[in-house]
Amino acid sequence: MAETLLDKVWRAHTVRMLPSGQTQLFISLHLIHEVTSPQAFQMIREANLKVRFPERTFATIDHIVPTASQLRPFGDVLAEEMTVHLVRSCKEFGIHFFDLDSGWQGIVHVIGPELGLTQPGITIACGDSHTSTHGALGALAFGIGTSQVRDVLATQCLALAKPKIRQIRVEGRLTRGVYAKDVILAIIQRLGVKGGAGYAYEYAGPVVEAMSMEERLTICNMSIEGGARLGYVNPDATTFNYLRGRPFAPQGEAFDRAVACWKSMRTESGASFDDVVILDGGSIQPVVTWGINPGQSVEVNERIPDPADAPETERTAWAEALAFMSFEPGQRIGGTRIDVAFIGSCTNARLSDLRAAAEVARGRKVAKGVRALVVPGSQAVAKAAEAEGLHEIFEKAGFAWRNAGCSLCLGMNEDKLKGREVCASSSNRNFKGRQGSPTGRTLLMSPAMVAAAAIAGEVTDVRKVLR
Amino acid sequence: MSHDAIRRQVVGRGIPLPGTDIDTDRIIPARFLKTVTFEGLEEHVFEDDRLQVPDHPFNHGLYRGATVLLVGQNFGCGSSREHAPEALRRWGIRGIVGESFGEIFFGNCTALGMPCLAVAAEDLEWLMKSTAQHPDREILVDVENREVRVAERIIPAMIPEDHRNQLLTGTWNATVVLLEAGEEIERVAKSLPYVTGY
Repeated sequence: MAETLLDKVWRAHTVRMLPSGQTQLFISLHLIHEVTSPQAFQMIREANLKVRFPERTFATIDHIVPTASQLRPFGDVLAEEMTVHLVRSCKEFGIHFFDLDSGWQGIVHVIGPELGLTQPGITIACGDSHTSTHGALGALAFGIGTSQVRDVLATQCLALAKPKIRQIRVEGRLTRGVYAKDVILAIIQRLGVKGGAGYAYEYAGPVVEAMSMEERLTICNMSIEGGARLGYVNPDATTFNYLRGRPFAPQGEAFDRAVACWKSMRTESGASFDDVVILDGGSIQPVVTWGINPGQSVEVNERIPDPADAPETERTAWAEALAFMSFEPGQRIGGTRIDVAFIGSCTNARLSDLRAAAEVARGRKVAKGVRALVVPGSQAVAKAAEAEGLHEIFEKAGFAWRNAGCSLCLGMNEDKLKGREVCASSSNRNFKGRQGSPTGRTLLMSPAMVAAAAIAGEVTDVRKVLR
Repeated sequence: MSHDAIRRQVVGRGIPLPGTDIDTDRIIPARFLKTVTFEGLEEHVFEDDRLQVPDHPFNHGLYRGATVLLVGQNFGCGSSREHAPEALRRWGIRGIVGESFGEIFFGNCTALGMPCLAVAAEDLEWLMKSTAQHPDREILVDVENREVRVAERIIPAMIPEDHRNQLLTGTWNATVVLLEAGEEIERVAKSLPYVTGY
């Protein structure tokens, strides 16, 4: 029977079936950061365990690092303490740590692929829900909790139930001004924030096949926002070309052998799925969220919906979202005044994202009263962007150009919203309080749309600027 | 397995928390994750919601001491932070009954020995109402028989078989179980193409 990538990778990594009915799955690559690992290391110490395969775990700091000045010790004593802890644990257990002076520090989901650690046909785990990002290269990548970080440290395995698969085919071609971010927001709008529970999403179809690796990373990144713990794209020439020459990718002849192996990992034609969803890529428009979960969104030229028109189960949630956001039903999302513009996060802080935003920002000025910042996803992204002068375009336009980190995506560092500020954000979550102010308001959109909003001072259709 | 780890049922008073898609950022806002332990998280559970909604159930003295949390759809969606179930557990919650759960959160709860059971929307509505009217009434969350019992009423509940097994056999600390595979782990590793240099 024709198999999917999920079937093949799952089988190859199965150690045994557990009495609970779960599979004991070998994890190829474990990524850790400072927030969800310290307690796991402590559990390992208390249980007198070893790290079973220290060479398969890699660490960096991203959530709590300040993005303005990264001089140690950090001004924030708690951030400094977490960093010291991680450095100490890595030393103690022999784990490779990409420190601030390594040139490779960055958001864990940005550096995995760019280092070539993320490869097709492998299994990945990280104590972070956006681990789904790595599926873009054809890996099975699981976001896990701290107890499971302990499991992986101690055994290099996880106890998991095999998910169902939904293939999401995006047909046709995207139009100008529509980006990967709009595609994933459109998918979540269609299937809902809980539609993916129990599923892995296999993204396919001409739009996905035509995408660069960085665009695929954006799509897979937000699988979790659709409720799917993992998402993946079948590896192809785009994947192999992306990986060639990266520091941790196989080199020389080993690379050619690897490509042959990776090609065999693809979902075979005729494989069956538990569900198939088809979207027309050509009809996707720039998307903006209006609510407090990533499924509450409209096209940029649409009006904010009326809870009275909501499906009955969603009515209260829509009303709650409108009240929190101070939006009226029927109001146009375009023209919404913004206070902050944020280009960054594991969703949209790669070189191509910064290029798309710079295309909009070039020769223009950030509107008066808008605080705008660009936070590259990694030191490598920052270096590449600076080499082509993107930082100058942003700085001339009035954006702050920062150091790599999670920044304003989640309010664990100095970058935070204040009070009821409205933020046009290229990140992934518009949850209440997500950006560091309990009453702060987030509008999710593509990086180019954020740049356009920064310049207009309000939500605007980026296609008007690009024309 | 330790007998103490067996989780056949949870019995205790309930605390109803209406609302859908309550994410883990709301359960424990990110600023409280700046710590290297889980200690003290209970003090900040739902902190921002509690400040904005004075009537929030976690503000009510009425529900202090409750052990069974009642929630709506997609509870615990979003971030994988285990700080969320840890904050609830340290506050005193021992079991959760809801319409549905975020997948990672659900697994994290099991990993702490805290069962999450799903019930139908109308049953949940009744449970929430009945608990608000009779906060002293005991709720029995029965993992073994997949049901929730309150007063005379027996409500059918769902929990995936693998998680139910882990709770009933006290094997929810997966590290212990995974270690039992012994050298089999190395054997599988050696069979993988990337381990052998492709």
